[in-house]
Amino acid sequence: MKRFAVSTIGLAAVVAASMGTAHADNHTREQIRIVGSSTVFPFASYVAEELGATTDWPTPVIESTGSGGGLKLFCEGAGMDTPDITNASRRMKPSEFERCQENGVKDITEAMVGYDGIAFAQSNTNDSIALTREQIAMALLEKVPVDGKLVENPYMKWSDIDSSLPDREIRVYGPPTTSGTRDAFEELVLEAVTEDMEAYGGEAYANLRKDGAYIDAGENDNLIVQKLEKDTAAFGIFGYSFLEENSGKLSGASIDGVKPEPEAIGSGEYPVSRSLWFYTKNSHADEVPAMADYVKLFMSDKMISDLGYLKGIGLIPMPEKLLKEWQSKVAERKQLELSDLK
Amino acid sequence: MAQSLDDISRQLKKRHRRSARMKWLSMAALAAAGAFLVFFLVDMLVKGLPAFQQAYLHVEVDYSERASELPLAAVKADVRELVSRGYLRLIPNRMQKTPDLLGTQRMEWVLADDAVDQYLKGRKTGLKDKQITVVDRMAEAGNAELRFNTGFFTNGDSKLPEMAGLASAAIGSVLVLIVTMAFAFPVGVLTAVYLEEFASDNRFTRFLEININNLAAIPSILYGLLGLAIFINFFGAPRSSAVAGGLTLGLMTLPIIIITSQAALRAVPDSIRQGALAVGATRWQTVRDHVLPLSMPGMLTGSIIGMAQALGETAPLIIIGMIAYIPDAPTGFTDAATVLPAQIFTWAGMPESAYVERTAAGILVLLSVLISLNTLAVFLRKKFEHRW
Repeated sequence: MKRFAVSTIGLAAVVAASMGTAHADNHTREQIRIVGSSTVFPFASYVAEELGATTDWPTPVIESTGSGGGLKLFCEGAGMDTPDITNASRRMKPSEFERCQENGVKDITEAMVGYDGIAFAQSNTNDSIALTREQIAMALLEKVPVDGKLVENPYMKWSDIDSSLPDREIRVYGPPTTSGTRDAFEELVLEAVTEDMEAYGGEAYANLRKDGAYIDAGENDNLIVQKLEKDTAAFGIFGYSFLEENSGKLSGASIDGVKPEPEAIGSGEYPVSRSLWFYTKNSHADEVPAMADYVKLFMSDKMISDLGYLKGIGLIPMPEKLLKEWQSKVAERKQLELSDLK
Repeated sequence: MAQSLDDISRQLKKRHRRSARMKWLSMAALAAAGAFLVFFLVDMLVKGLPAFQQAYLHVEVDYSERASELPLAAVKADVRELVSRGYLRLIPNRMQKTPDLLGTQRMEWVLADDAVDQYLKGRKTGLKDKQITVVDRMAEAGNAELRFNTGFFTNGDSKLPEMAGLASAAIGSVLVLIVTMAFAFPVGVLTAVYLEEFASDNRFTRFLEININNLAAIPSILYGLLGLAIFINFFGAPRSSAVAGGLTLGLMTLPIIIITSQAALRAVPDSIRQGALAVGATRWQTVRDHVLPLSMPGMLTGSIIGMAQALGETAPLIIIGMIAYIPDAPTGFTDAATVLPAQIFTWAGMPESAYVERTAAGILVLLSVLISLNTLAVFLRKKFEHRW
């Protein structure tokens, strides 16, 4: 019995010791810790890899937690076990900023890196198609106005909505509610359309239909691409980078007369586009010296300008003037204020 | 009521028919299960095998003054976009390390861009017509070829599909499993020994056993939440580290190890214990010198199966931050690390077709490791098994 007790105590000691050393490591860090949006994730990890390959810093660790999840972790506190940087596919909300302030995360710098468009795409075995945001909303909303009254969506085919549209069944593969792409699609298409329609009483409405016309295809955009290859009558909703990568198989519908092309998305002409951001915790800058190099590399012309590498993997760069503005704001570590976000 | 021979033989026929029917039904079930397995394996092999080859190009590299500033200048304009950026971006560093390179030009086999790789494997790519003619010409002259993809086994993750490999994730998996086993094996075996050899059979121990059996069946993501609360938030283990991941998976494998160890202990006949006690050994001596050695093969088998399960687990690791972009191999238990199934999960979400290929190849590698582990478990059992 005695040996049994001894070995148990020994084991406990080993576990405790390993925890102890783990604690000690937490003060200064070589490795940057980044969390946040899955849309910014591929761009951030490209920059991270470049930093790891071309400098002596270790490659930063990047977790894809979604914009909201990232900001939640980021604003948890100023301790060294919280993330140094968070990526977001939308701007920080004032409520998130206030939470940051309450938890002692006061000195934040905001950086915009470019744009991302949301494509409404189909297999390129079809003729190219031009849709309006209103037509897309009418095809996907649960309740639509018919003769001024809201009714269950009666449209089965695109030609039911407008006779000039093809005689194809309405079937759209898209992301689930947890996705930033879905948020942006709802806001920029569905809510934008319904806000101005009398039948909805001036309120935004974004409930998608549940009769099988909208198919929740999960977080994996690759799956939607594969579905569209097989189901050529269907459409899919996903980020522009997936359209660009699969340009041999898919084509994007033009929306309100504008095709999803880099220039149109960058200039804001393409109506379904959003801006991409990251936020840095400046109180960590001294303890995590690699942060400055990472931020500088991310904001460099080499990465996010019109000639930058990230354009090659689907980032849509900002116009020259705006880029210069953001580069200088970030370089001087301008502190983010609540008034910036309103 | 007496039955005639006719009645009996009719009944017999009926019973035989029923027996034959059940036999066919169970064989059909086996065939269906087998068909799914074969379909999965063939699909993975077809998709994954091309990833074990990688395109290389034979090009002239010009180590000029300019190339040390602008690495793109090191190769001719027509192949600039065909050569991997992962190769080009290292040129300035290499030139700094070996100054002799400056001013020389040499023909080198260099890693090709993933688009070239996919084109040579016969897939649709975004290559422009002009680039396709260049690649075709090079392939004809023997200057573009597919070789064994050593990078897949020596590189970490990468945003350049042609550079991406499994090495960091494999090292991460090994570190995690070391922690898992160092924690779960002794704790699990000692728990089983106490429950089987020392504890009296009362309500409390029966309650414990029901709970242990129950724990073996709860969804693994709950262990992730538990791991986050205990190891990271309370003990302060670093997020994404092998310590945090290994201990969390250790919690998950504990019930399996306890249950299999108990079964192994129960299989040791009581006559052995009685023999030892009869010559004056203490309870613990009996266990240590007689029962444990005899039940060890069974315990090891259970542990290996538990380890195989831990190796393939991702859900609890999402919560503790191991499903992330972590290309550097961890050098210690507290470094950020990722594991094989996490790597596969990350690749599965990438748009480039070269990643689709790598996803399947990663699955093939993971399956091979799991098959080896399970074979080892069967082998150990066969070799050391005692029959009474």
